[in-house]
Amino acid sequence: LATAESASPELATRRLPVSQILLWVFGTLILLAVGIWLLRHAIDSPDRFLEVTLIGVTNGSIYALVALGYTLVYGIIELINFAHGDNFMLGTFQTNSIVNDGSFQIPLYPTTLVLSIPLGAAAVATDSGIHRAYTIAMCLLFSMLFCMVINVTIERIGYKPLRNQPRLVPLITAIGFSFILQDIGLVWKGAGPQPLPNILPKGDIFTWREASYGWNDFIVIAVTIPLLIALTYLVRQTRSGKAMRATAQDMDASAMMGINVDRTISFTFALGGALAGAAGAIYALYVGTSKFDLGFRLGLFAFTAAVLGGIGNLTGAVLGGVILGLIQAYNEGFADARWTTTIIFGVLILILVFRPSGLLGEQVPEGQ
Amino acid sequence: VSNQVTPQAPPEERQRRSLPTTGWRASWRKFSRAHPRAKLIFPALAVLLAFTYPWWGLEGPLSAIFNDGLGIDSDTLFNISVYVMLALGLNVVVGYAGLLDLGYVAFFALGAYTLGWFGSGLFETRDIHFLDTSAARLPGIHLSFWVVVILAGVICAIAGIIIGWPTLRLRGDYLAIVTLGFGEIIPDVFRNGDDIHGFNLTNGVRGVTQMDRPGFGESLSSATGGVLPVRYDSLELRPWYYTILVMMLITIFVNLRLRDSKMGRAWIAVREDEIAASAMGVPLMRTKLWAYAIGAIFGGFAGAIYGSFINGIFPTSFSFQISVIVLVMVIVGGMGNIWGVIAGATLISWLNFTGLDKIGDWINSGIPGSSNDITIAKYKIGVFGALLVVMMLFRPEGLIPSARRKAEFAEGEGQATLYDATA
Repeated sequence: LATAESASPELATRRLPVSQILLWVFGTLILLAVGIWLLRHAIDSPDRFLEVTLIGVTNGSIYALVALGYTLVYGIIELINFAHGDNFMLGTFQTNSIVNDGSFQIPLYPTTLVLSIPLGAAAVATDSGIHRAYTIAMCLLFSMLFCMVINVTIERIGYKPLRNQPRLVPLITAIGFSFILQDIGLVWKGAGPQPLPNILPKGDIFTWREASYGWNDFIVIAVTIPLLIALTYLVRQTRSGKAMRATAQDMDASAMMGINVDRTISFTFALGGALAGAAGAIYALYVGTSKFDLGFRLGLFAFTAAVLGGIGNLTGAVLGGVILGLIQAYNEGFADARWTTTIIFGVLILILVFRPSGLLGEQVPEGQ
Repeated sequence: VSNQVTPQAPPEERQRRSLPTTGWRASWRKFSRAHPRAKLIFPALAVLLAFTYPWWGLEGPLSAIFNDGLGIDSDTLFNISVYVMLALGLNVVVGYAGLLDLGYVAFFALGAYTLGWFGSGLFETRDIHFLDTSAARLPGIHLSFWVVVILAGVICAIAGIIIGWPTLRLRGDYLAIVTLGFGEIIPDVFRNGDDIHGFNLTNGVRGVTQMDRPGFGESLSSATGGVLPVRYDSLELRPWYYTILVMMLITIFVNLRLRDSKMGRAWIAVREDEIAASAMGVPLMRTKLWAYAIGAIFGGFAGAIYGSFINGIFPTSFSFQISVIVLVMVIVGGMGNIWGVIAGATLISWLNFTGLDKIGDWINSGIPGSSNDITIAKYKIGVFGALLVVMMLFRPEGLIPSARRKAEFAEGEGQATLYDATA
């Protein structure tokens, strides 16, 4: 658009540097101020600073998992999948029912299909470590499966027939699906917050003055990092990954080269769904509660993370997620927690306005 | 590319094929061509019906259908009208200029809070009055409601320009996200605005209550023999309805005039092909900013009168859902077509306020046995979501689309398509 707007070339050359310089001055000043502010807190109370940072990284890795789903889908069909955050919410509900009721549930009105998992409520009651590990694994597995199926179904019903429509049309469809999933959550579990017992291991790994790092925090990272490695391997090294990258680059050309474009897109949605399910399971286990309207806000935060890192870029999504988690943690730890939403959306707007390609994304002329 | 290859029928032939030559439709066409003003009869009839609704809809024999059956009582009627106005405002942004705005609620909220600032006792240490029609001289800033409405429009226009100026150069879906961000930030600022360096700007989650009501004052009221009330009453809802109806008519008039203006053509050009429009000398930023600001003005008007009507504004009442519902109205009705948008807004807001509950009652009473306990409120979001999806899948151009918009959808033009692979 930048090229389209400045019709005469001399105008473009005269204008662009000024805005660019202003942008840099503005950005540097903001970053400098934030840096000084953080440094002051780090010097004042290093233990508290460490604790807040660890919280930020832990929350950030959950954002990163959700953000990856946005970035994968956007990378391949340039659609902001609004339903993704609500899919994540259904993942937290699935984990909730596995831990609370010991069953895998499929919400189908007027009944909920309940499939018992051979772990039973006993696993929660007994304090055996192996049972807990088994339950956590089941939660992860079934939440991932559940969200995967939902994501692929949505793609098949909603997005696939609309591929040749103007961009607005699938975007609005995505908002529609977001509402439908939210309603499924509401009917399935009810309007209030849905708590579940803590089955993550207790105790601290290390403590330093006020700061402490528990096993439950560690589990979040311990689940996230292998998933990220597996995903990176899948996208970079396997044939399906290659097909995904090719489809993202040029759909026509990949179809001509014999890549099954439909299947590749479905595969991408499956991957995104699985990551949302994993994030949902971890979130439910770690935070201990979830709500039917959780997905909207958290999904937007995760989308901000994806944009921050550079949408379409996997490493960027993880980086963005962690940065966002840190921003939230520092704001809630040292400033006013009430303003977190405003700050995060402010970051989103600033990024989109000044650097739409994100931190790691490549500068494309269209993106501006 | 396909335009050059596909053989197309000459325009006359296509016209002949699609239009009937006999029957009442043909004769009506002939008649309306001979008397161009005859077409005005439909809008005039609609306005007449709308103005007389309190007589034939709320009272009399038909009230059994409209008031009791469909649940359009005076409260709902007012709410529907507010949403029609909001939808018409958003139509300028989304329908005419093709800018997807997911944060329209921000302007609605801003309009309502403008009334809070200039027409309530929020700033109780101030004592400013201007043509105020309140019963007693209350503390706070109390400007005449009509001044506040205009002020709300001005403030929203300024806010629209401030928001739009840096963001409108973004592509479609990025713009949608930025507007969504603003739609979340502005209510959040209102929620946390009770302590901005010790200054209570918005009264936070407690909201602003005891809003000023519209009124015409003693002298105007007595001059018209009491037709124009001194001050609107919370029980007598007719003046409220007529006020919003007049505001709506102004909105429709402005919408129509804008559509046929130079600016309106520029909007359509930008919507259909930005680069081509820019090459033809349409200033992109100015054109988009105008659309955004004008849309914001109507949001502000609607917010001000809504705030006054419900007599209390709370940050929680301006959620993302409202942005989406207004967008649904524009889309379901038919983007860019005023009559479509009005129809869509009426239908959707009726469903939203009472229609779905009524339908739930019908289902419950229709099904014999013990299972008649469907609480429709639970399914409201899902129904709207499904409506959006179904509309997008089967009729993306809306119920009553403008001919032009329909053609755009048929060609799959508008903005850049997602991709062309049909495999």
